[in-house]
Amino acid sequence: MSAVEDVVTEAPAVEAVPKRAMTLGTGTSVVVLLLLLVVPVFAKNFVIFQLTQLLYLGLAVLALNILTGGSGQFSLGQSAFYGIGAYITAVMMEQFNIPYFLCLPVAGVLCFGVGFLFGQPALRLSGVYLALATFALATAMPQLLKLNFLEPWTGGVQGLVVTKPDAPFGLKMSQDMWLYYFTLVVVLAIYIFSVNLLRSRSGRAFMAIRDNEIAASAMGVNVALYKTLAFGVSAGITGVAGGLSAIAVQFVAPDSFTITLAIQLFLGMVVGGVGWLPGSIVGAAFIIFVPNIAEGISKGLSGAVFGVLLFLVIYLVPHGARQVAILGQQFAGRFRKN
Amino acid sequence: MELFTNQVLAGIATGAIYACMALAVVMIYQAIDHLNFAQGEMAMFSTFISWQLMQWGVPYWGAFAITLALSFIGGIAIERILFKPLAKAPVLTNVAGFIALFAIINSSAGLIWDFTIKQYPTPFGSSPFLGSQLISTHQAGMIGVTVLLLLGLYFFFQYTRIGLAMRAAASVPESARLVGINTSWMIALGWGMATAIGAIAGMLIAPVVFLEPNMMGGVLIYGFAAAVLGGLTSPFGAVVGGFLVGIFENLAGTYIPGVGNELKLPIALALIISVLVVKPAGLFGRHIVKRV
Repeated sequence: MSAVEDVVTEAPAVEAVPKRAMTLGTGTSVVVLLLLLVVPVFAKNFVIFQLTQLLYLGLAVLALNILTGGSGQFSLGQSAFYGIGAYITAVMMEQFNIPYFLCLPVAGVLCFGVGFLFGQPALRLSGVYLALATFALATAMPQLLKLNFLEPWTGGVQGLVVTKPDAPFGLKMSQDMWLYYFTLVVVLAIYIFSVNLLRSRSGRAFMAIRDNEIAASAMGVNVALYKTLAFGVSAGITGVAGGLSAIAVQFVAPDSFTITLAIQLFLGMVVGGVGWLPGSIVGAAFIIFVPNIAEGISKGLSGAVFGVLLFLVIYLVPHGARQVAILGQQFAGRFRKN
Repeated sequence: MELFTNQVLAGIATGAIYACMALAVVMIYQAIDHLNFAQGEMAMFSTFISWQLMQWGVPYWGAFAITLALSFIGGIAIERILFKPLAKAPVLTNVAGFIALFAIINSSAGLIWDFTIKQYPTPFGSSPFLGSQLISTHQAGMIGVTVLLLLGLYFFFQYTRIGLAMRAAASVPESARLVGINTSWMIALGWGMATAIGAIAGMLIAPVVFLEPNMMGGVLIYGFAAAVLGGLTSPFGAVVGGFLVGIFENLAGTYIPGVGNELKLPIALALIISVLVVKPAGLFGRHIVKRV
């Protein structure tokens, strides 16, 4: 414990993912898209609701993935941005009667601003220190939403009830199904945007920072700008996801946006594969369905069962769903040769 | 001024809890380079074991000693069985492992001992300490134990061969292996020691916050904050950080208008972050220079 400065050659906390490996091939994409389009037609309303949930939580995991997998910054504060997005959407819809599809972009832009500003002090921190800073944001958020002077808009501890929109143009579709397709369109648009973002000059800058900050700045990457930008983009997308959740759940309350949510999103990212965008939906499926399965196996020990299942997943595939996808690809490749 | 000194004293008293926990956090961080999110739950489980022993009629210090031994072995077992296979996995996967461990321990403790709140005895008594209304003898005893623990650790790391080996294994694993240190077992030893320190922290905290499976949630957050504030590489910093967080929290609650119990935590965290922005490696942490 000397005061001497240590010099270490440290491997980056987030492993390098080549940018091609961050997306799906065309064939697989089409199959997944078709499935997402067709399945709700044959499903009950509750299942459709769950699928909607899968989509917007997947979007939130994707946002974290851009931040952590893309730019190598860690965040436990995603629940805060998610909450802000949900509240902006709910307040605009209920208190100002603005149509829901106009609320989402506003939520996204405002959350981008919040994230970008939060990224400024966070610039000086990395690793666990950044984790603590974002964690502080997450613990503060429910308390901030309960503040007295915001109560006329937010409804305080009681929260706000949101009316579910009807299908437009006289379409004969249940509210749930309309909301599902609406969510699907939003999520797909953002997914395509994210894939292109990571392929662009900015995306390459993110990855350069992730792999080696000093080398990146030596190459002329504006480290401060791109790090805060990554925070902003991630917060913006998370805000849209939060807004979608407010519409789908029809209710927002301060205690829905605690640190537990941020931890769930983190688990989703690890299970889906850090830095692999399509994995986000697999991760979201894990955090939605596995707790239910655990409850089904044992009521009293559901937490323990969930923990054991999580351990199984990280033992078998420490790199998450990405590892499964790579194995599948190799298998398919061998199959074609024969 | 009277109010100020009283609040500082009260802050030191709660700070002792955080200092204990922060010390356990730093220990394991030294050994494995990660923050262990399940640390608080492990401490809670140890405390429950000691409670169970006392229910069976074992006297306090007997239960204390047995719990320490069991926790030490348990910590090593957890490392060997659950985390050694993950040694080569990415860092974030390890963090997910800690969260899984958290869920498993919390839920098992709830099933074995249920979620009702239990009284926990203190060996120091709870009368006012030296006539002060703010610090009880228990809290004074807690501060004493924390300081003793810190001294003990200092001598262990500074003056024993195995302490030196542990430091070597943590700071430069490859060179340590070349001089014949079994680095893998040093990590296991670190887990064992951290779990034992956590057990001490748990047993000291339990009389204050009462014994139940979720008792460590809040304490661990403050413990992390304290450890990070003091600098994760320094046990001394962790203890100072713990006291500072306790004092911060009390002063914020007293002097900033409109801050109830609800906003104490966010404000304490915000202060810590402001400190970190000025000193990114914590107050007493070593500044690490990375080689490109």
